[in-house]
Amino acid sequence: MTEKVLMKGNEAIAEAAIKAGCRHYFGYPITPQTEIAAYMAKRMPKIDGVFLQAESEIAAINMVYGVSATGKRVMTSSSSPGIALKSEGLSYLAGADLPALVVNVQRGGPGLGGIQPSQSDYFQATKAGGHGDFKMIVLAPSSVQEMADLTIKGFDLADKYRMTSMILADGTMGQMMEPVEIKENAEINTYDKSWAVTGTECKRQHNIVNSLYLKPELLEKVNVERYERYKQIEENEVMYEEFMMDDAEICVVAFGIAARISQNAIVEARKQGIKVGMIRPITLWPFPKKPLLAAADKVKRFISVELSMGQMIDDIKLATECKKPIDLCTRVGGMIPSPEEVLAKIIEANGGNN
Amino acid sequence: MIVFDKPKSLTDAPLHYCPGCTHGIIHRLVAEAIDELNIEGKTIGVAPVGCAVMAYDYFACDMVEAAHGRAPAVATGIKRSDPSKIVFTYQGDGDLASIGMAETIHSATRNENITVIFVNNAIYGMTGGQMAPTSLPGQVTQTSPYGRDTNHCGFPVKVCEMLSQLEGPEYLERVAVNNVKNIKKAKAAIKKAFENQVNGKGFSLIEVVSTCPTNWGMTPNDALKWVDENMIPYYPLGVYKDRSNKEDK
Amino acid sequence: MSTFNILIAGFGGQGVLFAGKCLAYKGLTEDKQVSWLPSYGPEMRGGTANCSVILSDSPVGSPIVSTPDILIAMNLPSLDKYEGETQKGGKIFVDSTLIGRKVEREDVDAYYIPATKMAADIGAPTLANMIILGKMIKETGAVNFDDIEVGLKKVIPARKADMIDINLKALKAGYDF
Repeated sequence: MTEKVLMKGNEAIAEAAIKAGCRHYFGYPITPQTEIAAYMAKRMPKIDGVFLQAESEIAAINMVYGVSATGKRVMTSSSSPGIALKSEGLSYLAGADLPALVVNVQRGGPGLGGIQPSQSDYFQATKAGGHGDFKMIVLAPSSVQEMADLTIKGFDLADKYRMTSMILADGTMGQMMEPVEIKENAEINTYDKSWAVTGTECKRQHNIVNSLYLKPELLEKVNVERYERYKQIEENEVMYEEFMMDDAEICVVAFGIAARISQNAIVEARKQGIKVGMIRPITLWPFPKKPLLAAADKVKRFISVELSMGQMIDDIKLATECKKPIDLCTRVGGMIPSPEEVLAKIIEANGGNN
Repeated sequence: MIVFDKPKSLTDAPLHYCPGCTHGIIHRLVAEAIDELNIEGKTIGVAPVGCAVMAYDYFACDMVEAAHGRAPAVATGIKRSDPSKIVFTYQGDGDLASIGMAETIHSATRNENITVIFVNNAIYGMTGGQMAPTSLPGQVTQTSPYGRDTNHCGFPVKVCEMLSQLEGPEYLERVAVNNVKNIKKAKAAIKKAFENQVNGKGFSLIEVVSTCPTNWGMTPNDALKWVDENMIPYYPLGVYKDRSNKEDK
Repeated sequence: MSTFNILIAGFGGQGVLFAGKCLAYKGLTEDKQVSWLPSYGPEMRGGTANCSVILSDSPVGSPIVSTPDILIAMNLPSLDKYEGETQKGGKIFVDSTLIGRKVEREDVDAYYIPATKMAADIGAPTLANMIILGKMIKETGAVNFDDIEVGLKKVIPARKADMIDINLKALKAGYDF
């Protein structure tokens, strides 16, 4: 058994990526994720890997595009404003069906915003990663262990479905240390990459990695086919966790750091006799629609706890078909709700009775 | 006896370029260099956004289509993924010297071991003839209808001169393809740029002064003459940097 | 079930984060559930720094300690800021070399340790953090002190192994104060 060590979330991502066989990292410094780059800068040269500090976020994501085109595992990481710059590349990766792992350790926005934790890139990650019709698999860790596990999982899903997996973390997740165990030999599935540009050796037709389709009927076809693949992902890859939901009358929905805080509040509310539980989406896309819809038939109310002005709440409304009222509990700009604030919201949702 | 044949590094796809456009010549020179060095099987090309966007259909080696201006970053990724491959970018002036300037300069200063073919025809061709970073002072384009006013939008970018100030790059040369003599020199330069990569020497950029008869509003012949009379005086041909050659400009 | 919600706060450079790490690692070796969360950003560059450490027998929910039951205040702004947030019945540890005032709350236990002076006295002027940490461990039992060097060895890199003894000395001085 591997010994548990204390690691920052950012470092856990970096080490897990290496364990997942990633040997190429490109990035540009930005708080609060720079530990990932620093870790890679130290480790990669020692394992015949490549760390390169790019001249910009845009260059970094395009270097990722280049490595991915050759069929190798590759990643970049950034924080909110930097992810915005990468959105061009994210769209091209999608259009060329290239796998990649992209980490967003979110900070407050818009604009330069702040450097404290936030979840306000939810829409960007789940709905608008760049121009055009496309999706990314969005994974939302809520512990340092999950930062590692979902990184490994993210590489696998990216390869499996030939698309970008995004780790959507936040400053707290990136900076906090917790015990983590990263298995020495992560099981790495291999997938067919006969599409990769590896040189023809003059033995086959040339491979072309491309997102340009000037014929509309062809472009329509590749888009429709891509969405068929997305449908499979929605069917097979949804991940979520239920907490005290068995008899719950109030359902908190929260991910990442917000779920951690909500958990404290729920434990406290239970002590006061309030039947409250939580559904924690682990994949934000695909969103856990089915369990939420099922919960909508059982609970009286939902509370969306998120570090944004209310983004995920829209998906909860869609998933639950607006069957039950949904409250919003939020702090933004780098502020984080305390468990007491969430508890107050739970009490309020319970009709003010505790 | 065959005295003239298509290089095998070109596919059979018919080129879409306008009559009189020199992209066809430059494609051929690149393909000949690849053939002569016998590197087709391990070469990976990166196509730009611009008129040469569909170069991926024309070169028989593996090809990647990059976002506008990002070809050097994409090529960096490919080369770093497998340094045994030969990686080249094929870019126009808008792609390389405007939107992709940062990627160009930084791949050069890193001495990234790649080959960059830079086609400078002083105009945005694919979008229909707008002012390029290399459009000449006074040049009339769709977006400089009264001629490029340097007081208003500055001066053309001289890419070779600029990059030659960096310590990074191995080899920078400006050539033209407006007559047979120049085409022969261009061929030699392009081949050397690939050879440098094969020999691990680093960043080699060949700026090819080219034409755009369609958007210049000229016959192909007049366009070739315009290169001689206007382009080359502003963009002097020659070697701007060559670590193996002491006679740099 | 016991949980320690610890907040260590001071100036950047006082070793606040390091003390927290040492504590968290010691907790980990005792099979406790632990989390460590630093403040980050420009405030690390000479401003105020703090870190939340949670040691628990049950899984840690929120890693943010906003209402500590143990507060280590290594400068006046930290005491001013967090005294009021400390839980009733909590313990506040004050570096009395740097903080001139007393704890005003009467529903908490206050401990005054001239940590900065003691650190200078033992020839380790930068280790006030370890002195006050030693005292905190003594008064709270947050972790076992007997084998405290286990935690130190986890956070002091091998190339600085010579620093272990002096850190240990500081911890003991605090513990015995």
